[in-house]
Amino acid sequence: MKTMVVLGMLAALCTPLSYAETRGEQLYETYCSQCHGLNGAGGGINVPDMAVQPRDHTDTAEMSARTDEELAKAIREGGKAVNKSVLMPAWDSNLSDRQIDDLVVYLRHLCCEQ
Amino acid sequence: MVRTLETILAIASLVVATEMVFGAEAEFVQENCASCHALTEPDFEALGIEARAERKAPPLYYAGDKYRRDWLVEWLQAPERIRPAGVYPPAHISSSPDGDEIDEASLPTHVVLDQSQAERVADYLSSLRPYQERIDSVTYEPGSISWRMGQMNFVKFNNCIGCHQDEPGYGGVSGPELHTAWDRLRPEFIFSYTKDPVSWDPHTMMPGGDLNDGAVEKLANYLKAVSEEAE
Repeated sequence: MKTMVVLGMLAALCTPLSYAETRGEQLYETYCSQCHGLNGAGGGINVPDMAVQPRDHTDTAEMSARTDEELAKAIREGGKAVNKSVLMPAWDSNLSDRQIDDLVVYLRHLCCEQ
Repeated sequence: MVRTLETILAIASLVVATEMVFGAEAEFVQENCASCHALTEPDFEALGIEARAERKAPPLYYAGDKYRRDWLVEWLQAPERIRPAGVYPPAHISSSPDGDEIDEASLPTHVVLDQSQAERVADYLSSLRPYQERIDSVTYEPGSISWRMGQMNFVKFNNCIGCHQDEPGYGGVSGPELHTAWDRLRPEFIFSYTKDPVSWDPHTMMPGGDLNDGAVEKLANYLKAVSEEAE
């Protein structure tokens, strides 16, 4: 039984990304990683001269406090729209609604499913 | 219908004329540049955003709308890196516990041309103007802006500094350096691209589209001021 539980846990850890998560991962790499870091922890290459540190997307507590709608709004309309830093730009010109949804799915994977 | 046909014929004749004038140069560019630079407009929608990760160099099919010819001549003879982290930064980044770093060794170098080659290639590239109408419709007249106000716009109001450097060694590194932008780019292109980057490049990594003309003019004038300060 114990073996089954361990195997089950291992399987959960190794679960491949869903289709939406994979699309979100690609979008995250392209549009977000420069500031939020390739691993999402907030240490992107643009950070050293930034006045405000980008959000750590692996911070489970902080990210769990945000709804999917809030995350989508921050991406679509920028940080200012959700009372956060103006350094986070609005991506509504670059990303479709579906792409923004995929990014939110990937953010949930980053923060809370790893 | 007639107008569409006329337009198609006009474009076709322009392409033929360009090839007749720049036949050897077009061949040279095709042979030496096409492996990294897009020389025809990609089908962005069909390719999908995954194609952005494969991009190795800036597209050149609208080089004449974008670059100053004299800058091209000089740069092609002594190319220096414009994008500190390359054209697709995630491909040149290594992660560490202290944050991401640029993997300098992974960045490609550019071929060097002699003066004659550079002039001929620059002439040919300057003839590639598929968006001439868009450039011609720009009414921006370069002007001046105080250093302080320009920097406020660049840094605080619009966060251009997040991705771009307005002086060597200071600012974001994922976008092209902008302290050399005025010398490199046509003023009308700076205005048009800053105003609506996605219309130029659907796969651009630059957000935008929400600045009014006045705000864009101030940013363009700041890039001019930065260039003049450097002289």
